[in-house]
Amino acid sequence: MSKVEEAKKQKRNKKKKRLLFRSIILLALLAALIFALISNFNNDEASLGVGDQAPPFQLKQLNGDAETLNLADLEGKGIMLNFWATYCKPCEDEMPYMQSLYPKYKDDIEIVAVSVDATQLVIDRFVDNYNLTFPILHDNKEQVMDLYNVGPLPTTYFINPDGEIVEVVSGPLTLERLDGYLQQILPE
Amino acid sequence: MGDLITLSGNFLYLAFILYLIATFFFAGTIRDKKTEGTSTFSSKVAISLTILGFISQTGYFITRWMASGHAPVSNLFEFTTFFGMMLVFSFIIIYFIYRLNILGLFALPIALLIIAYASMFPKEISPLVPSLKSHWLYIHVTTVSLGEAILAVSFAAGLIYLIKEIDQTVRSKRTTWLEIVIYSILATLGFIIISTTFNALNYNATFEFPFEGDISSVDYQLPPLAGPNEGTLLTTERMNPLFEVPSWMQGVNAARKFNTLLWSLITGLGLYIIARAVLRKRIAAAIQPLLKKTKSDLLDEVSYRAVAIGFPVFTLGGLIFAMIWAQEAWNRYWGWDPKEVWALITWFFYAAFLHLRLSRGWHGERSAWLAVIGFAIIMFNLIAVNLIIAGLHSYA
Amino acid sequence: MREIKCDACHHINREGTELCESCGKPLVEKQQAEGKETKKLLNMRYDGSSRRSMTYNKSVVDRVWNFFSSVKVGVTLIVITLIASAVGTILPQQMYIPQNVQPEVHYKDQYGLIGQIYYQLGLHELYSSWWYMILIALIGISIIIASIDRVVPLYRALKNQKPTRHTTFIQRQRLHSKTDDVTDADKHTFISNLKRMRYKVTEDNGHVLAEKGRFSRWGPYVNHVGLIIFLLGALLRFVPFMYIDDFVWVREGETVVVPDTNGEYFIENKDFIIETYGDSEEDTRFKEALENQSGPIAKNFQTNAVIYRNVETVVGAEPQLEKFKEDSILVNHALKFDGFALYQTSYQLNEFKSMSFIIHETNDADETELASFKVDLTNPAEEYQLDNGFRVMIDQYFPDYYIDDGEPRSQTKNPKNPAFVFLVYPPDSSEPEVSFAGIGRNVDASGENQYKVGLQDFEVRDVTGLTVRKDYTLPILGLGGIIFMIGVIQGMYWQHRRVWIHPKNNGLWLAAHTNKNWFGIKKDIEKAIMKTNINMVVDQEQEEQELQKQQEQNK
Repeated sequence: MSKVEEAKKQKRNKKKKRLLFRSIILLALLAALIFALISNFNNDEASLGVGDQAPPFQLKQLNGDAETLNLADLEGKGIMLNFWATYCKPCEDEMPYMQSLYPKYKDDIEIVAVSVDATQLVIDRFVDNYNLTFPILHDNKEQVMDLYNVGPLPTTYFINPDGEIVEVVSGPLTLERLDGYLQQILPE
Repeated sequence: MGDLITLSGNFLYLAFILYLIATFFFAGTIRDKKTEGTSTFSSKVAISLTILGFISQTGYFITRWMASGHAPVSNLFEFTTFFGMMLVFSFIIIYFIYRLNILGLFALPIALLIIAYASMFPKEISPLVPSLKSHWLYIHVTTVSLGEAILAVSFAAGLIYLIKEIDQTVRSKRTTWLEIVIYSILATLGFIIISTTFNALNYNATFEFPFEGDISSVDYQLPPLAGPNEGTLLTTERMNPLFEVPSWMQGVNAARKFNTLLWSLITGLGLYIIARAVLRKRIAAAIQPLLKKTKSDLLDEVSYRAVAIGFPVFTLGGLIFAMIWAQEAWNRYWGWDPKEVWALITWFFYAAFLHLRLSRGWHGERSAWLAVIGFAIIMFNLIAVNLIIAGLHSYA
Repeated sequence: MREIKCDACHHINREGTELCESCGKPLVEKQQAEGKETKKLLNMRYDGSSRRSMTYNKSVVDRVWNFFSSVKVGVTLIVITLIASAVGTILPQQMYIPQNVQPEVHYKDQYGLIGQIYYQLGLHELYSSWWYMILIALIGISIIIASIDRVVPLYRALKNQKPTRHTTFIQRQRLHSKTDDVTDADKHTFISNLKRMRYKVTEDNGHVLAEKGRFSRWGPYVNHVGLIIFLLGALLRFVPFMYIDDFVWVREGETVVVPDTNGEYFIENKDFIIETYGDSEEDTRFKEALENQSGPIAKNFQTNAVIYRNVETVVGAEPQLEKFKEDSILVNHALKFDGFALYQTSYQLNEFKSMSFIIHETNDADETELASFKVDLTNPAEEYQLDNGFRVMIDQYFPDYYIDDGEPRSQTKNPKNPAFVFLVYPPDSSEPEVSFAGIGRNVDASGENQYKVGLQDFEVRDVTGLTVRKDYTLPILGLGGIIFMIGVIQGMYWQHRRVWIHPKNNGLWLAAHTNKNWFGIKKDIEKAIMKTNINMVVDQEQEEQELQKQQEQNK
C-alpha cells in the first residue's frame, strides 16, 4: 500500500469514528430527553399494575371461622381483592353485587375484601347489615393498603390463579362488569 | 436588652454618617491632580472612613444579634441593611485590588440608598418562625447577599463606564436609557424622602374596603393618590383619593403599596426635573466631565472582575446553600417559589453574561449594559418579589 | 483532510488551525480578535487551534452537533429559559393556590381575563410543562456537546506550548513591548522575578515562556461536568426506586406503618408539641413585633417519635416491633433512618380520643349520675356492663358524623365528630332504649326514654402530619454542586497568565497574554521588570482605542 492510500484510509477511518462517536452521544442525549418527557407525563405513583405478581400478605379476618387469612393460602384459586371502607359510599354500593355473585364462584374464586376502617366495630355492624359471607379483612394499620399503593377507594385487583394481577379497577363496579372480570380469573 | 438595641441602632446611624462623609471625600478625589489609582490625602481619608463605617455597621450587626438571639437577617429591614453592609464590604475588597476612587463615589451612595431604604421598613426585632430556625438562615442569607453585593459593585463600575463612554453630544436611545437608570435611582431617593417626611408629620389615613368577602382596613402613611378599590376613608380631614386602584390588584395592602410606588415615582420625577433644570443638560452629560481621568478599560475590567468574583459566591449562597436549606426545612430542594425562580433567573443571566463576554467578545459598553440589567434583576428579586409576588420568602 | 504547513517553522497543522500550533504565526489572513475594533491583535481563543465542529459540516449528525456546539445557541437557550421562568412568576403556580378550589375557576375569579389566558396557555403549570423541560434538556445537551467540542482544541493548545514564537505572534499580542538593549543580568532578574511570582519558566535557546495558573483553563469544563451531573441527578428522580414522596398522619400514642417501607418500619407518635411566642421569659424581646401581629406566631412544631423495625416478614400479620430509633422531628430537623427521612409538615390539634358518658334519668334536672362509661374511640367495645345493673350496647358508631340525605353517616374514619347510637338496657330489662349521643347532640329517638345518655367528658389528642421522603438522587446532586463550585472557582479566581520573551539582537521583545484580569498581569510584569531597563508592556488594545477616539474628535 502506498503512503497516499494509507493516509486516505486513515482519514476515512477517522471520519467514520467521528460520525459514530457523535451519533452515539446524540442518541444517548435524545434517549435521556425522551425518558424525561415520558416520565414527566406518567407521574403517577409506581402502583401495582396489570402483569405484576400480587404481593403476599396476611390479615385478621373479622367474619367466618378463620382468625386470619393469608393470601398465599389461596394459591390455585382466582382472587378478587377489594379495598374498601364503611364510610365510602361507592364501596357500599358494590357490596351487594359481590355478595350476590359470591356463591356462584365460591369454589374457584375467593372474594377478599380488605377494609381500611379504623375500628372493628363499624366493620362488624356493616357486615351484619349486609350479611356478607366472603372474607372481610381488617387492615387497621394500612399496611396492605400501602403495600398495594391503593389510592382512592374502592380499588379492586383481579388476580388469576397464578398470582398475577389481571385487572385493576379504581372506582365502583356494576354487576355485569364484576361478572365479566370474575370470568377472566377462573382457573383453567 | 433594650440598651443593646439602642446601642445597635446608634452603631448603624454612625455607620450611615461615616459612609456619607466618606462619599464626600471620594468626591474630593476627582479634583486631585494625580491619575486614578494613586493614593492622595482625600482618597486615604475616604477609604479610612469607609472602613470605620463598616466596622461600626459590623458593631450594629453583632449587638443586634446579641439582642435578638438570632442573626439579624430575618426580616426585610435586617436583610436589606445587611445587603448594604455587604455592598460596602465588597467595595472595600475591590478598592484594594484596583484603588479606583471614582468607584467609591458611586458604590457608597448606592449603599447609603439601600440602608436608608431598609430603614423605611419596621425595625423591631421579630421572632423566627420554625422554618427559619436553622443555621442555614445565616449561612444562606449572608452568602447570597455577599454574592449579590459583589455583583452590585459590577453595576456601579458599569454605570460609571456608561456615563463616561456614551456619546452625550447627540440624543440617542442609549442616552435615554441611561437617564432612565439614573431616574430609577432618584425614585428610590424619592421614596425615602417622601416616606420620611410624612412619617415625621405622623400622617395617617385609614380606609375600609371589601376584601375576599370581608371588610378589611388599611392604614396609609402617605396621602392617598390611589385609594383601595371601593374603599371608604375613615380618617377625617384627609384628602380623598384621586382614583381607586383596579380590582384585580391582589392582596390587602396592594392599594397602599401602589400608592407608595406612585409617590416615589412622582417625587423621583420632581427631583429629576429640578436636577435637569439646574444642570441644563442630561444628568449623565453633567457627570461625564468629572470622569475624564478615569480609564475606561479599567472600569470595564472592574465591572467584569466583580462578576467573576461575585458569580461563584452567588451560586453558592443563592442556589446551593438555598437548596440544602430548602431540603432541610421543606423537604424539597427546589419548589419553584417566586424567590427561588428569580434567583435562578439571576443565575441564568450572569451565566449568559459570562458566556457572551468570554466567547463572543462582549466587552466595554455591551458588558456594562449587561451589568446594569443584572443589578436590576437582583433588585427586582430583593424588593419587588417580596412586595409584589409574595411567596415562602415574604418576610414583610 | 487538508493540512496546513506553517511557512515559518514548517510545522504541519490540522485543518481549521488559525495560529500555527508550534510557533504561533497566523495561518489565515483575517486572524483577529473577535468583537474588538482593532485589527492588530490576534484572536487567542484556544491559541488558534482548530475547533472540531467548525471543520466538518457534512452529514445531518454533524449539523446537529454543530448547532448545539455553538455558544450563540447556548446563550439563546439560556435567555429563552430565563424569560420563560420569569413568565411563570407573574401569577402564582397551581401548587401555590388554595388546594380546595378549581384552578380554572380560581384563576378566572382572582385575576380576570389575564388569569383566564394564563390558565388556558398552561402557564399555571409552566415549570412541569413539556416545553420547559425540553428547554432545560436542550441547555444540558448544549453544555455537553459544546464542552466535548472545545476541550480537545484547548488540550492541544495547552500541550503545544513552545517558548519560541514567531515575531508576528509576539507583536500582535495585546501586551507587548520592545527593548533594544538588555543585559543578561537584567534578563536574568526579570526571569527570576517571574519565578518568584510562581511563574513556571521554560527556556529554549534564549526564548522564554513564563506561565502561571494554567489549570484555571479547565475551570469551565469542570463546572460543566458538575452541571451535567446535577442534571443527571435531577433526571434520576424519575426512576421509581430512587425517589419516594409520601405522607402519613400519626395520632399521639399510635403506632403506624411508615408508608413505602413495605411494612418494615413503624412509627409511634409519643407526643406532638406546638409552641407559640410570648409564653417564655426570653420572648419579651419580641414584644413589640408580637403586638403588631394579629395572631400568635408559631415557635415550634415537634413530634417526639419512635421508629420501630418489624421483624415479622409477612405483611399484615401482627407486627413484631423492635425499637430502632428514637428522636424528635422538628421543622429543619428531619428524622432519618435507612435512607428515609421524616419531615414535620402538618398537624391537626385536638382530635377526639375517648368520650365519657353518664346515664341519668331524663326528667332529673340535676342529672344525677346513675352509671358511667368511657368509650375508647380507637377501639370501642360492643357492650359495656355498668353500675346499678345498667348495660349499654353500641348499635352504631360514626367517627366523623354527618347527615347524608337524612341518613346518618361517617365522612372519614377519623374521630373528628364522633356520634353514637346507644342501646341502653335499664336494670333488669331486656328491652333497650335507643339513644343518640354525640358532640352537642343528644337525641331521644322514641321520645319516651326513661334514661338519658349525656356526654360528660372527653379526651383529645393531636395528630402529626409527616412527609416521608427517600431521595437517593441527593448525593448525585450534591456531587454535581461541589464539582460545579470547584470548576467555577478554578476558572474565575485564577487566571492563565503567560509571558513570552523573544530575544532580538541585543535586546528582547516582550509579549503577554491572560484569559482574564489584564490588570493583574500588568502588575505582575511591572513588578518583575523593576530595577531592570526592560520596557513596560503597552496595552495595544487600549492604545488603539485612544487613537480612534482622538481621530473621531479631530473630525
